[in-house]
Amino acid sequence: MTTTPRVLEIRQKVLSKNDELARSLRARFHGHGLFTLNFVSGPGTGKTRFLEETLRRLVARGLRPVALVGDLATDNDAQRLMRSGVPVKQITTAGRCHLEAEMIAGHLEGWDLDAVDILFIENVGNMICPTDFRLGAEKRIVIISSTEGDDVVNKHPMMFRGSTIGVINKVDLAPFVGANLDRMERDMRRYNPEMQIFRTNMKTGEGIEELLGAILA
Amino acid sequence: MHELSIAQSLVSLVQQQLPPGVTRVTAVDMRLGAMAGVVRGALEFCYGIATEGTPLQGSTLRVVELPVVIHCHTCDADRAPDGLAFRCPVCGTLSGDIRQGRELDLAAIEYDDPEAASA
Repeated sequence: MTTTPRVLEIRQKVLSKNDELARSLRARFHGHGLFTLNFVSGPGTGKTRFLEETLRRLVARGLRPVALVGDLATDNDAQRLMRSGVPVKQITTAGRCHLEAEMIAGHLEGWDLDAVDILFIENVGNMICPTDFRLGAEKRIVIISSTEGDDVVNKHPMMFRGSTIGVINKVDLAPFVGANLDRMERDMRRYNPEMQIFRTNMKTGEGIEELLGAILA
Repeated sequence: MHELSIAQSLVSLVQQQLPPGVTRVTAVDMRLGAMAGVVRGALEFCYGIATEGTPLQGSTLRVVELPVVIHCHTCDADRAPDGLAFRCPVCGTLSGDIRQGRELDLAAIEYDDPEAASA
């Protein structure tokens, strides 16, 4: 018995299911008047510190933020952020290097989204994998820091392509590690000419108000 | 290693698109842009794992790689930039208007047609 091979032409995105789910999440967020941010960065750039600082300031302004934080294995970040008094849930990805829309949908249960103004999604600390997976967020923020070296942007161009806001953190440490902040900023613009870029020092609070202004704009 | 998630998404997408009665897929064609953030070798490796126990088991993954193309608004032309810097190689203008290179698409499925075989 011989079989005839048949070819079926298809034009469909491989991640269309995730994209669809992300779109429906976005519609759901809009329906609740909820503003959502997805922020991405490598490990150790100050993501969690940024969240701590931001949540504190937003609460002081009378806003109601919540946060979902992704991590491969631990709930250290959620524990840290819980101290701010803001509702926080940990998404443990069990080894997966990025968040997917399905994981977001699964972790919204139990939250009254009408009583929330801003949802922060802290992606897994990884500069490569999260780029392909949309989560339904309004804006994506990429955070880098001077201590990663000033060629970090060139090594991960895709992370910058899809982000609306770029942050260079730990600016105070640049002289000690020989990082050229102008070069980092120039590289970011090269991959994303429209990106808004901020230099911060999350420890002292330098640049955070300007950054918050852009986030909330 | 998000390539495993991508391979799994690809396999489930193919299974959804298969005509009823098809039990064996022989090849899958996909289009992969240079900016898709996917390592081809890793994807091929994961494809073998993700297809196990499915009608796609043993099938070939054929990948067409697509370079980045940007549209330069100064020249009003589509250009292939050097590397991943989005700069027109002719006039040097930066452009974020990407016309090709983000593809991560399923293009076609080749399968054994059970009806043709029994006819």
